[in-house]
Amino acid sequence: MQKNLRICLALVLVVPGLLLNASCAKKPVSQQQSTTSMDNRAIQTDIERQRAEAAELAKMKAKEKFENTDIYFDYDESTLKSEAMEALKAKVEWLKMNPVVSVVIEGHCDERGSAEYNLALGDRRAESTKSFMVDMGIAADRLTKNSYGEEMPISSGNTEEAYAKNRRVHFSIE
Amino acid sequence: MKIKSVLFLTIVISLVFKPDFSFAGYDYINISNPFLKKIPIAVPLFKAMSGNEKEILISREGADLLSETLIFTRYFKVLNREAYLEDSQKSGIVTSKVVFKNWTGIGSEFLITCGVLVKGGVVDFEFRLIDTYKETMIVGKRYKGRFSERRKIIRRFCSVVIERLTGNKGYFNSKIAFISTGSGNKEIYLCDFDGYEPRQWTKTRNITLSPAWSSNGKYIAYTSYKKGRPDLYIENLKEKRGVVVAKEGINITPDWVPGKFALAATLSFSGDPEIYMLTGNGKIIKRLTENWGIDVSPSFSPDGKKMAFVSKRSGTPQIYILDLNTWKTERLTFEGKYNTSPSWSPRGDKIAYSSMNNGKFDIYVIDIKSRTPVSLTNNAGNNETPSWSPDGSLIVFCSTRQGPPRIYVMTVYGTDQRRLLEIPGEQTNPKWSPRDIKY
Repeated sequence: MQKNLRICLALVLVVPGLLLNASCAKKPVSQQQSTTSMDNRAIQTDIERQRAEAAELAKMKAKEKFENTDIYFDYDESTLKSEAMEALKAKVEWLKMNPVVSVVIEGHCDERGSAEYNLALGDRRAESTKSFMVDMGIAADRLTKNSYGEEMPISSGNTEEAYAKNRRVHFSIE
Repeated sequence: MKIKSVLFLTIVISLVFKPDFSFAGYDYINISNPFLKKIPIAVPLFKAMSGNEKEILISREGADLLSETLIFTRYFKVLNREAYLEDSQKSGIVTSKVVFKNWTGIGSEFLITCGVLVKGGVVDFEFRLIDTYKETMIVGKRYKGRFSERRKIIRRFCSVVIERLTGNKGYFNSKIAFISTGSGNKEIYLCDFDGYEPRQWTKTRNITLSPAWSSNGKYIAYTSYKKGRPDLYIENLKEKRGVVVAKEGINITPDWVPGKFALAATLSFSGDPEIYMLTGNGKIIKRLTENWGIDVSPSFSPDGKKMAFVSKRSGTPQIYILDLNTWKTERLTFEGKYNTSPSWSPRGDKIAYSSMNNGKFDIYVIDIKSRTPVSLTNNAGNNETPSWSPDGSLIVFCSTRQGPPRIYVMTVYGTDQRRLLEIPGEQTNPKWSPRDIKY
């Protein structure tokens, strides 16, 4: 996860640099008015490459957004909130654009309550998420449920803020 | 290897100096309220019969362990040795030589004498439990065993003492399974009933939860993320072989049917967490709950005819009882908004559970007939996952009263709450085994 973030950051810094380079390279050409067709073609492929890279980057960002956007629940609830549904709609769109991808839907809970009950609650959260996505047209066999209950908190501490962050469904691409 | 050596040499001889018919049916310990007034008992140092070094070692060590085990039962108050009026190395161990007033004079109602003889690696113990007021021996036993078996022998005599005084066999060959993070992961550990000899049993290197003993003590079922998902493992304790139930979703919270090679567990492959009956080989026999929403944590009545479980069908987690003959389900708990972890008492009349009020868990016991819940813990962190000793006299549970979660034992009346064992890491989810466990 962190590695992906670092790659993403690196690309964010490097790509604008490349684009800047490209616009600099153009200038002498227009000044000299002596552009050969060879040069033109080179520039053309350069632009294409940059476009491809940008598209690749956008794709990667979309994938990361898919994986990094968790959806959140109320205490002891597995019902999807309206924000959660909005986030899931975006995820459904992404899954439609990436039809070969299968995902694991992980349900998590805050630490309050019994560990055993929370395993079931995490499962219910994964289930309501999965049903919603199946209803939106994603094949059920692309979506696998998992539940960690309260075993994998993302945020420690006994504050309502920490609890709220832990009551989540997380997606991971298989 | 260890199993073979156990009792290899142990011979038990009842010392019948006097027929003890007169004790039949006599309740020394009032079963209805046994922990309020503790029975004063004296346990002098064992008498070194020939006076060799090993005997002298056992003399103190044995008397200490015997005292500790008697104290563990919560029935006794072992009188301070410094108050004893005689030197056990000089006095006789047989009843006829006991000067009773030396013991009644310091307030002792019972006396345990023991002579120990060590010869060629073999230890010979001669124990007597004496009623100092009636001036008679209640029970006498002689055991021979290897030097390394001495703790086992002392515990065995303890179990005789408890059986004579309470009419109940106790739990002196039982174990406690629990989860500990000492290795860096949640793994199942086992220890003796009194916390001795803890050892790591699973090596999953992953999250492992909810150990459940089969009623013959030969199998443990549990949930582990060994393969990345919460799957149910059913394993033979000794041979460590078994089966996995790995359906989609959760495969959790096993509890064995008493007297059968079958267990109930929550599976969610149908889309919803429901409780199923499974064979000990992990095959589904039938679905036990039919309700949309969470159904989890089954616990069978000792006759196997009923099953307590947790359900959210009324909106909050509450404990319900399913009658397996009539298929009727009845709600048991009405007080509190969060009641979980039911554990049916071995006598069948009560259910212990954890209840969350104002964000803190406490342990409650509810009488099934009167339906009155009584809290056993109060104001001492979170107290969760109760489990009964096989004789129904004690409850083991998890508490955060000293910060990290650890394991404690108390009487079923909530008295004498003490920590069970001290090992690194956090300990949770204790499960007391049936009466006799060998491994």
